[in-house]
Amino acid sequence: MEIIKKIFQDKFAQAAFIILALMYIIILFADFIAPYSNTYSNRGMSYAPPSKIYTIDQEGNFSWPYTYNYVREYEPVLMQTVFKQDRSKKYYIKLFPKAEEYNFWGIFKTKRHLFGVEDGGELYLLGTDINGRDVFSRLLFGGRISMTVGFLSLLVVFPVGLLYGGISGYFGGILDTLMMRFAEAIMAIPSFYLLIILAAILPTGMTSVERFALIAVILALIGWAGFARVVRGMVLSIKNEDFVLAEKTIGASNMRIILKHILPQTTSYVIIAMTLSIPSYILAESGLSFLGLGIQQPDASWGNMLKEAQEFTNILYRPWLLTPGVLIFIAVLSFNVLGDVIRDILDPKSRNRV
Amino acid sequence: MEFFKYIVKRILQVIPLLIIVSLISFFIIRLSPVDPLAELRLNPSISQETLDKEIKRLNLDKPIYIQYVSWAKSFLKGDLGYTSAGEKVSVKLKERIPNTLLLTLVVIFMTWSVGIPLGILSAVKKETVFDRVLTVLASIGMAIPSFFFAILMLIFAVKTGWFPVGGLTSYNFNEMNFAGKIFDIARHLVLPATVLFTISLSGLQRQMRANMLEVLDSDYVKFARAKGLSEWKVLFKHALRNAVNPMITLLGFEFAGLLSGAALTEYVFQYPGLGRLILEAVLKSDINLVMASLMMGTIMLILGNLIADILLMITDPRVRGNAK
Repeated sequence: MEIIKKIFQDKFAQAAFIILALMYIIILFADFIAPYSNTYSNRGMSYAPPSKIYTIDQEGNFSWPYTYNYVREYEPVLMQTVFKQDRSKKYYIKLFPKAEEYNFWGIFKTKRHLFGVEDGGELYLLGTDINGRDVFSRLLFGGRISMTVGFLSLLVVFPVGLLYGGISGYFGGILDTLMMRFAEAIMAIPSFYLLIILAAILPTGMTSVERFALIAVILALIGWAGFARVVRGMVLSIKNEDFVLAEKTIGASNMRIILKHILPQTTSYVIIAMTLSIPSYILAESGLSFLGLGIQQPDASWGNMLKEAQEFTNILYRPWLLTPGVLIFIAVLSFNVLGDVIRDILDPKSRNRV
Repeated sequence: MEFFKYIVKRILQVIPLLIIVSLISFFIIRLSPVDPLAELRLNPSISQETLDKEIKRLNLDKPIYIQYVSWAKSFLKGDLGYTSAGEKVSVKLKERIPNTLLLTLVVIFMTWSVGIPLGILSAVKKETVFDRVLTVLASIGMAIPSFFFAILMLIFAVKTGWFPVGGLTSYNFNEMNFAGKIFDIARHLVLPATVLFTISLSGLQRQMRANMLEVLDSDYVKFARAKGLSEWKVLFKHALRNAVNPMITLLGFEFAGLLSGAALTEYVFQYPGLGRLILEAVLKSDINLVMASLMMGTIMLILGNLIADILLMITDPRVRGNAK
C-alpha cells in the first residue's frame, strides 16, 4: 500500500498509470465499445478514410453529431478510386444502439454497443483497412493481444527464471557452471534471430488462442535466461546469510530453503523486472506480427495491423493505418515511465542508474 | 604477458559457448517438421548430383546426432551448403555480413560520439531544464518501435525525396567513380542508421548519465574537488575515466541489441544485411541459410563481447589485476 501511495506522488507515474488503466479498461470492454466486431468487413469499402463527424449543420446551428456515408468513385483523370461523401442523407450518431450480436465475456449475449450510427449508416472513426474492416474496432481487439502478451510471457519467465536461478545459485559448483553456460548460450544468440526462427517453426493450423499462447511461450524462451542470471547473482549473496544457516540446522530441505526463504527475498527485484520488461514483450510481439510471424489474420494485433503500412501507397495516402504504431508507442512509454518510478521506490540505490 | 594470457583464456571460453549455441540452434531447427531439402528438391535447376551431395554432407539418412556431427564438421571446414535458390550459402553470407557490420559500426560510432557527451552534460547539469528535456527525449526514443520509426522515416524520404529508399546502392552504382560510390553508399545509409541511432542513443545517454552521477558522488571526486582542482580537471581526468569503463561492457550488449534491431530496420528499408537475409531464409524455410546465418550472427555477437572485454582490460587496471 505504501508503494502505491508513493507511486501516485509522482506526476509522470500518475499520468502513465491513468493511461494504462484506461487502455486496459477499454480493451476489457472492447466488444461493447467497438461499434463493429473483430470479423466485420465491408468488402466494398476497402481503405475508406475516417468518417467525418459534424456537430454543426448546414444552417450553422448546433446539431446532434451526424456523419455522411462514403461512396467510392473512380477518378478517370487521376486513375484512382476516391471516396466522396454522399451528402444526400445524414446519419445521426446513436448511443447504445443495437448492432452486431456478441458474447459479453462469454457470460451473456447482447446486441448493445456503446455507440453507433443509424441504420444504413457507416461509422469508421479511423477508416478501414484493405478488407474494409473498421480500424478503430480492430485497434481495440488488437490491444487485447498486444497488451496482454507480455503478462502471459512473464507467467512463464518468472517461475522458470526464479527456479533456474535459485537452484543454480544455491547449489553452486559444477551444476551452477553447467546451468549458467547454458543460459549464457541462449543469451549469446541474437534474440530477434532466435525469435523469428522459433515463430517460423510453429505448426500451422492452430486456433488463434493456441497461437497466442505459443507466441507468449516463445517470447518467454528468449527472456528467461537474463532474468535467471540476475536471480542467481542475488541468491549467491543471500545464501550465506545467517537465516539460511539457521534453516539448514533445523533440517529444512534444500528445495524448501530455496522456495520459501531465499526466493521471496528477491520480490522487489521481481516486481521491478516485471514492469521494466513488459515493454520489451510488447515490442517483440508487434515486431513478430509485423513480419507476419506472430498473430495471424483474421485476428488483430497492433503489429499485424501495421503490416499494411509496409506498402508505400498505404503510408502515403492512408495515414490512419499507422495508428497501431502510435498506440504501441504510448503503451511502451507509459510502462517505461511507471517502471522507472517503481524502481526508484523499491531500489533507492538505483535512483541514478538507468 | 598477463595480457595475452587473459585474452587466450577468454577466447578459450568462447569455444564451449559456441558448441552449446550450435547444439541449441541445430536441434531447434530440426524440431521443425520441414524437410531441409524440400525447396532444393522442387528447384528444377538443382541437379540430382547436388542433392545427393547435400544428403551425404548432412547425413540426412542417419540419426540426428550423427547429422549434428557432420553438420558441425562441414561448418568448421567452411562448407555451408546451398541455399534453396541454388547459390552457395557462404557466398551469400560474404555478401551480407559486411553490410550489416558497416551499418552497426556506423551506428555505434554515431551513438558513442553523441551519447557520451550528452550523458556527461546531463549529469553535470543534473535536474536543470536541459537534463529534463533530454530525459523526456530519451524516454521517447526508447519507446518507439524500430520498425514503426523506420516506416515514418520512409514517409519522410518519399515526401521530401532527399534520400534514396531501399537497398545500399543505386542502380547505376557500377558506373560511378570511387568518391561517387562512397557518397552513394553514405546516402543509402542515412535512413537506416538514423533509425538505429535514435533508438540506441537514448539508452546509452541515460546509462552514461547514471554512471557519471555515481562517480561524481564518490569520495575521490569529492577529494579532488576539495584539493582545489579545476572542475574541468575533476571531470575529465578523474570522473570520466571511471564512468566510461562500465560503458565498454555495455558495448557488447549494444552490439547484440543492434543486430536484433537491425533485422527489422533492414527489412523495412530493404537493406541487404544479415538480418534481412535470415528473415527471408526463415520465411522460405531455407534451412541451410537459416542455420548458417544464425551461427554467423552468434559468432559476431560473441566477438563483439570479446572485443569489449579486451578494451575494458586496456582501460581498467582492476580487470587486469583480476586476470592474474
